[in-house]
Parts: sequence; C-alpha cells; structure tokens
Amino acid sequence: MSRIELVSRRGFLENAFGVGAFVLGASIPPLKALAKSAATSNIAPDTKPIADAAWHPGIFIGVETDGTVRIIAHRSEMGTGIRTTLPMIVADEMEADWSKVKVQQGLGDKAYGSQDTDGSESITDFYETMRKAGATARLMLVRAAAAKWGVPSSECSAQNHFVLHTAGKKIGYGELAALAGQQPLPHPDEVILKRPSEFRYIGKGVPIVDLNDLVTGHGVFGMDITVPGMVYASIERPPVLGGTVRSLDDSAAKKTAGVSGVYTIPTFKAPHAFKPLGGVAVIADNTWTAIKARKALKIDWDNGPHAIFDSETNKKQMIETSQKPQKVARKVGNVEAEFAKPGGKVIECQYYTPLLAHVPMEPPVATAHYKDGKVEVWTCTQNPQEVQNSVAAFVGVKPEDVTCHVTLLGGGFGRKSKPDYASEAAYLSKQTGKPVKVVWSREDDIHFDYFHTTSAMYFKAKLDDTGKPAAWLQRSVFPTISTLGDPNAEYGRGELDMGFTDVPFRLPNQQVENGPAKAHVRIGWLRSVANVYHAFGVQSFVDELAYAAGRDPIDYTLELLGPDRMIDFESEHTEYENYGKPLKQFPLDTGRLRGVIKAVRTKSNYDQRKATLAKGHALGFAAHRSFLTYVAVITEVEVDPKGKLTIHRMDLAVDCGQVIHPDRVMAQFEGAAVFGVSIAVHGEITASDGRIKQSNFDTYKVARMTDSPRITNVYLVPNGATATGVGEPGVPPVAPSIINAIFAATGKRVRELPVSKAKLA
Amino acid sequence: MIELKVNGVTQKFDGDPDMPLLWYLRDVLQLTGTKFGCAMGLCGACTIHVNGVAERSCLKPIKLAAGKTITTIEGLSEHGDHPLQVAWKAANVPQCGYCQSGQIMQAASLLKLHPKPSDEQIDSSMDGNICRCGTYQRIRIAIKSAAGVKA
Repeated sequence: MSRIELVSRRGFLENAFGVGAFVLGASIPPLKALAKSAATSNIAPDTKPIADAAWHPGIFIGVETDGTVRIIAHRSEMGTGIRTTLPMIVADEMEADWSKVKVQQGLGDKAYGSQDTDGSESITDFYETMRKAGATARLMLVRAAAAKWGVPSSECSAQNHFVLHTAGKKIGYGELAALAGQQPLPHPDEVILKRPSEFRYIGKGVPIVDLNDLVTGHGVFGMDITVPGMVYASIERPPVLGGTVRSLDDSAAKKTAGVSGVYTIPTFKAPHAFKPLGGVAVIADNTWTAIKARKALKIDWDNGPHAIFDSETNKKQMIETSQKPQKVARKVGNVEAEFAKPGGKVIECQYYTPLLAHVPMEPPVATAHYKDGKVEVWTCTQNPQEVQNSVAAFVGVKPEDVTCHVTLLGGGFGRKSKPDYASEAAYLSKQTGKPVKVVWSREDDIHFDYFHTTSAMYFKAKLDDTGKPAAWLQRSVFPTISTLGDPNAEYGRGELDMGFTDVPFRLPNQQVENGPAKAHVRIGWLRSVANVYHAFGVQSFVDELAYAAGRDPIDYTLELLGPDRMIDFESEHTEYENYGKPLKQFPLDTGRLRGVIKAVRTKSNYDQRKATLAKGHALGFAAHRSFLTYVAVITEVEVDPKGKLTIHRMDLAVDCGQVIHPDRVMAQFEGAAVFGVSIAVHGEITASDGRIKQSNFDTYKVARMTDSPRITNVYLVPNGATATGVGEPGVPPVAPSIINAIFAATGKRVRELPVSKAKLA
Repeated sequence: MIELKVNGVTQKFDGDPDMPLLWYLRDVLQLTGTKFGCAMGLCGACTIHVNGVAERSCLKPIKLAAGKTITTIEGLSEHGDHPLQVAWKAANVPQCGYCQSGQIMQAASLLKLHPKPSDEQIDSSMDGNICRCGTYQRIRIAIKSAAGVKA
C-alpha cells in the first residue's frame, strides 16, 4: 500500500536538504480511509479504489554528503516522544548511526498526509511505512556502493552508517549520497525489512532528541517564539459563548505606556468550530504591558442565549434524561423482557462527571505575520494543516498561503488540535501590519477551553441466582463534540464507541442507549475523550455488581468477559467505529483484555496484598480497552479516619501490541496514572450565568507530586500484534480503579466526580 | 534605573518597575527557558534563583530584584551538566518538557538547602511545581540520584 519515491526538488523541501543530498519520500497508507470504506461496503479494503489513497509523500529522509541523515518529523511533539520514535524507526531500517541523525520538524503541509497528532495513532499508522522507507534507503545505499566498487550488491551489506563488502571494503553513507540518489527506485518486492533480531533501536529506544534542550531551557515552545518587529496581544474574550461587545471604553487601556492599539475581534458566526471567540485585543510592546492594559478595558457584553447555562440545573436535566428510555445504540437479547420477569436482584446506579479543562502547562499561544496576502504562523499545534485551513478562512487567504511552523508543545491533550489562537494572531497581524504574538493567560485557558464534556450515566442490572447479570441496561447523556460543527446537535456519535457500545462482557440481555443534551460551552476532546466518563461508569458499575454478588471484582470481571473471543459487532448489527480502524485487523479481543487483567493481578501480587493490607488501605481494580490498546489497573489507596485520601501505589498492565520505544511507552502510562488522578480527585469546571467559575490552579486543581501515586509500576505485556496507541489508553481505567479502591477501603461509593467533593470519613 | 545581575551579567532596566521578573527575563532578555504557567505562583514553571534561593519569577516585580543576583535555567551550569541535569537525562524525566526548567531550578534550590533530602523534604519542596504530563515519579528518582540518596 505504501509507495516510495525519489524526491528531487519539491517546493516545501527546498531548504530542508543540502545540495547533492539523496532524498526519499514515502507515502502513508491511509488507514482511516480504508477503515471508513470497509465499514460502508463489503469490498476488501485494499481492492477498493479510494481517492484519498493518492500518493502522499509523508516521510522524508535525506542523506547529506557529509553523512548527516536528516529525517523529517511530520507529527507534533507534545511529550509522547513521537518526534524521536518515528525517525528512530526509519533510522533502524536504514542502518543509520543515530548519532548522525538530525530530526527536522516538518511544516504544515497536506503533502505529508495527515499531521493531526491525535487519537493515539501515529505509530499504528506510520510504523510500516517508516520501516519500508528506511529499508528502501538502505537498499539504494547498498546498490550505490556495489556500483562504485563494481561488485554484485548481493556481496554488500549496510551496517551502522557504512556499506561493507565481503572482501573487507567499507564506505560511509555520506560518500554514497550522490550515487544513491542516482539509483533506480527499487521495486517494493526487492525491499527486505529487517528481522526483529536485527533491530538496532526498535524495541529498545533512544533518548528523545530534545532531551538536552529540555533540561537546559533551550527547547523552543510556542511561548518562546520571537519574530523581529513583533508586538504582543492579550485578549479579553466574551465571558459567555457567543457573546458580543455592546460597548467598549478603551481610553484607559490606550493611555498605558507601551500600548500601541486596541482592536476588536468579531465574534464567530455559528458553528463556532475552531474560530476565535471574538473579543477585544490590547496590543503592546511586551506581554506584561498587554496583560496590564487589558485590565483597564471597560466592556459591556451582550451575553446572548448561553447566559442561561448553569451547571447545577444542567446536571439535574441530564440526570433526568438518563433515567428515561432513550435512543438505542446496541441491543443484545431483550432487556425489557428480562427486567419484567419476577425474581432476581435489581441494581440501579447513577453516575455523573463534570466538565474538565485541559490545562496544558503551556497555555495556548501563537505568533503570526500577515504580509501581502500570505501568513506565516509559529505555534504549538497538534494539527498544523488545521492551522492553515482555519487561519486562511479567518483572514481571507488560501490555505496554501499559510505557512505553519510547528514548535514544541508544552502539553496538548487535545486542546492544541483546535487552532482558534492561531487565527487570533493572524487576524491581529493583519490589523496591525506587524507580527503579533497572542499569549493566553491561565485564566483565558480555563475560561475559554474546548472543554471535556460533562456526562450523566444511568445503569440498571438484574443479577440472577449466581450473581451474574441476566439483564444489563446502560445509558449515557452528554453534550457532544459534534456541536463544534452543529451547535444544535444533542446526540453523541463517536463518543458512544469510546467505552460504551463496546462494553466487552458476554451478557445475555444488554441495551446501550444515548440521550440528548445541549451544549452551552465549546466541547472538545481531552486525552482519551469519552472513555474518561464511560470507563468510570462501566467499571464502577461492574465493581458495584461484584460486591452485590459477593465476589472479588477481578474474579467477577473475568467471569463477565466469558470465553476469549473477538467481539462480533457485525452479526449483532451494531455499528462500531473502532477508532477508525478495521475490526478485522484490530478486533476487540477479550482474550487480550483477560491477558492484561491476569498480568496486573499477578505482577502486583493482588491476592496476597488484598488479604494482608494495613488498616485503612485497600485495592481497587479497573480494566479498559481504548484506542485499540488494553489496560488493567490496580490501585492501592488509604483513607484515614479523617477521610484523607492517599494513593500509595498504582500498577498498570498494558497490551499495546509491539512495543517500539519501551521507555516512552512506560512514560505515557506513568503520566496517565497522574492524569487519571487529576480527573478522579480534582477536576471540575462549573458555570453559572454562562460563565466559567474556575480560573487558575487554585480553583481548578490538578495532581501534584504528593497526591499522585507514590509508586507507579507499568508492565508491558508482550504481544506481537500491530503496535497500537499509548498516549491515551492509560487514562480511562485510572479513575474507576481509585473509586473502587475507596469503596473497598471505606464502604463509600463515589458516584460523582471529583472525589474531592465527597466526604470519605 | 534598576540594576541586577542575571546569570553573571549585569543588566540595567528602565521600563515598568512593576513588570514581573518572568516577563523581563523572557521578553526583554530573551531568556525563554523560564516558563509562564499561571502568573499566580501556583505552578512553579517560572522558578528561578534569587540570590541562590528558588523563587517564582511571575510574582516578583523587577523593582524587588534590584541589586539581586538572578540565576535562570540557562545559567544553572555552564555546559548543562549540573548534577540534576545529568540525573534528569539519565532518568529520561521530561515528556513535553515545558515545566522542567522550573522543576530543576526548584530541585537545585532544595539540594543546596538539603544535600541529602528526605522523602518529606522532596515532597514539600517540589509540591508547588505542577507537571501535567505526570513525570513526578521520575523527578523524585532524578533528585535522589543527583543527591546520592537511596531511591
């Protein structure tokens, strides 16, 4: 499926490689397009012609004449290590010496294929192609050496930046660059990938390319961009979504020394999508002056219809909705008939989760320069092509006239997929005629996020005499991400397939429903998206049933999973998106879920610890598949007599298929443990009169060192399957494992997040 | 005119005396290793040393830094080889890396005060520094390694 071509002078690469360099481009198999076509037709994916499958030169490798190998990273680095790992895969297949590899960040350009660093899919989508590209380069270098020496290429081999001949000759990659570029492109069948035993870096890892910069303060984030002649902007945005300026008195702000202007940014026309919210921008000659002068603005806002938004009222409505029959998303057997039968033990549970903010440590920030109908943008973005599109639409140019430089991201978590801040900078640059840097304050970041949605979930089950659910009903109600494009959307779509329609248990009668809810703020996606609330609901409910049945929660879960199998959604007539990937290639395999559950149980010494823990300590468990990866978690908490919660230890077992960079994979799960603590214990965004009440880390708390697990152990369960996501899947099971541990410790069931609101004593 | 020493170099500033040191370092001196995170002293991303002790630069107006000696992450060591920087690299601490300057500056101040810190001392010193990626466990490992105390 992937195609590899020699590249001579592609416009957007002109400055990337030196004269005489040997440059290869490789295409990326459009897995998403294939998955979509597979879902809507019976034709095997690779035989169906797909327009999207046109050649995208997604990967570029260059060998300079001095031996430097340059590999373009076309995905964004927000802490996962992807900027290192993808080039590392190429380097391995290429037999390149990593110390001679330079990674260069690609600009936003649709020629790369998708650059949307999102959905935990960079490795899944690019592993094979990266390898083939590297192996093609290796073969061409070998052939170049063979040609130079006049020997058969079968007598030559590549080794650590050199080509060797059986007779003992040796030549470096740099010397071969020019000649390699003249070799005909090998037929794909001639390109032999390495055997796993030959891997130099894959499965072992290398330190991230930015490591030294990051410990010395030299990494360049969006916040760190300076452009000659640049001015700084701080923006007062409408406090309520869709609000407009009724009147403005900017006289005091304009009088502030260092302020060069005040500009009004128009409020978006619905849908809000990734457009700026509007507001009033103060332009000054440094960040501090802009922030200070902004406080002197006097603005009378017309708040518009969303001023009615009140979190408490909204919550009540959502809970009511969740208690009534709703739209069915999955149906197995007949739950109504089973509930109508006499006997059995009926258990009903209501769960609620609040809005959450992303709060990456680096708030949104962008610098833009509009000049002669073209825009140059420097920003921390997960999706530079969306920057091009959004900026172009907002300032009236063509996407190809927007150049987007991708900086390091000081955290992203989904927030930085939405480039409203880049459009603000471009607009203000057009107004002022100067390069403009827009800096969001922490308060701006929290007030004007694309929030992780709030949810109400209702569950009802009837346990038979053996304690197993004879009927199982689950309902989820949440304002949907679809409101980005359609403000009136009330039902979820993709959200349901994140931990709700795909509950993996063998249940004789099961019904999954989705009820309507309105959005009054911008709803976006946050690390692991709807899995956050769905895993909390489902895994809490299973735990409740286990206790009701008098069973150990892990034993009970394993029993509910039933015999190992691939869940067959098709024969049930259930639509299931499977993270945009074909189920045939990436099935929901309950055996793999069982595998991580057993692994975490054994490795964490669960059974023995459960029996011998100190007073006030207890273990909680949860397991969840998301982004095609399987994770099981056991958490040890302590609740003291005053109700103070301490998370002592967290053990996570992970099956993400083949592990490419073990240390960075471990780091993602260590991080997910902490991210999950923030969600379980602290996170809550609320609104009244349409305005967000929280504003900084004092009112919107996140996990610090002392409330994070004292010890986090990550176990990678070996599996030869295709590598799948690791950025997100650690997060969902963490919160329910904490909640379940709290129950085990105290007998108190927390059904509403965050825990900080509950009384545990 | 405010005079202060930053990373060994004497600097003079005649702008707004209320400007927080953070923005002076970043916007005026282009020392961008010191990060903006909250402007309220709640996250520690902007941590620097004032006369050798960790402080939040977002809360300190430049006028209160007059005559003081300021060290930023760029000046912590000449070649990026402070024991903490070495330990940080050995443990592969950073994920996104944005908060790490502040973490390292805070830890450096801790080790000056307590060369062999206890767990409690590490906790109380580092709890003001937020890492949203969740690198706390490795931060603790790196501090202990640099200090030569048992993990």
